[in-house]
Amino acid sequence: MSIGLTHYLILSAILFSIGLYGALAKRNAIVILMSIEIMLVAVSITMVAFSRFVVPTLLTGQVFVIFIMVVAAAETAVGLAIVMAIYRHRETIDATKINLMKW
Amino acid sequence: MGLAIAFWILAVVAVITALSVVLLRNVFRAALSLVASFLTVAGIYITLSADFLAAVQILVYVGAISILIILSIMLTREFQQGSPSSKLSIPAFIVAILFLGIAGFTLLNTSWRISTALPLEPTTPFLAVKLLGEGGFILPVEIAAVLLLAAILGAIVLVREK
Repeated sequence: MSIGLTHYLILSAILFSIGLYGALAKRNAIVILMSIEIMLVAVSITMVAFSRFVVPTLLTGQVFVIFIMVVAAAETAVGLAIVMAIYRHRETIDATKINLMKW
Repeated sequence: MGLAIAFWILAVVAVITALSVVLLRNVFRAALSLVASFLTVAGIYITLSADFLAAVQILVYVGAISILIILSIMLTREFQQGSPSSKLSIPAFIVAILFLGIAGFTLLNTSWRISTALPLEPTTPFLAVKLLGEGGFILPVEIAAVLLLAAILGAIVLVREK
């Protein structure tokens, strides 16, 4: 059985679900950021798979993945900076104890 | 045939390493398995004949983002406590399983319009034309540069000593 589009889509759905679970269930803020990275990577796999199997000569999906990488890098830098600032302030990165913006 | 074997190995390793990111209690080991997961995803890009993206994946994710994550794990000194789950872990598990079920059902029941054309290889010159050429994505490229600059400045301002 040859490898087709569906294989890649199912793989990225599995990776996205794992990242979703981690982002919702974890308490360490850095682990939450790592789970978000897994979700972004899963979406990138979907984009490249569609680009490869649906429009192999246009490469539009790969261009999208380049921009996803740029935005993910910016998101990680700012997210980790926020985590470091909170840690310096409150000595914790437990997401259940960070309630600065709780009304 | 070789492509299928490579895909199955990479897919299994990617799922196992991603699972260990969310399941391991030691945050540092979770970060290391995240790096392994990024590497296998670069391999998956190669099986999709996206050579430039695989190189960028290794440079940006395995090289830069993993260093950032490991550095901040070491600076926050909370990895002795591990990464416990919150009270919401069972609802989160249900949500993830529901998402996987719905997405899998939809994917398997859609008839995709598969093109039989051969992929472009190597992709680098075609991507350069797409990004910088006439009628391409030159404005988003410029905006991405501004976004990166803003992110770097924001990160510096956030972590600066008062």
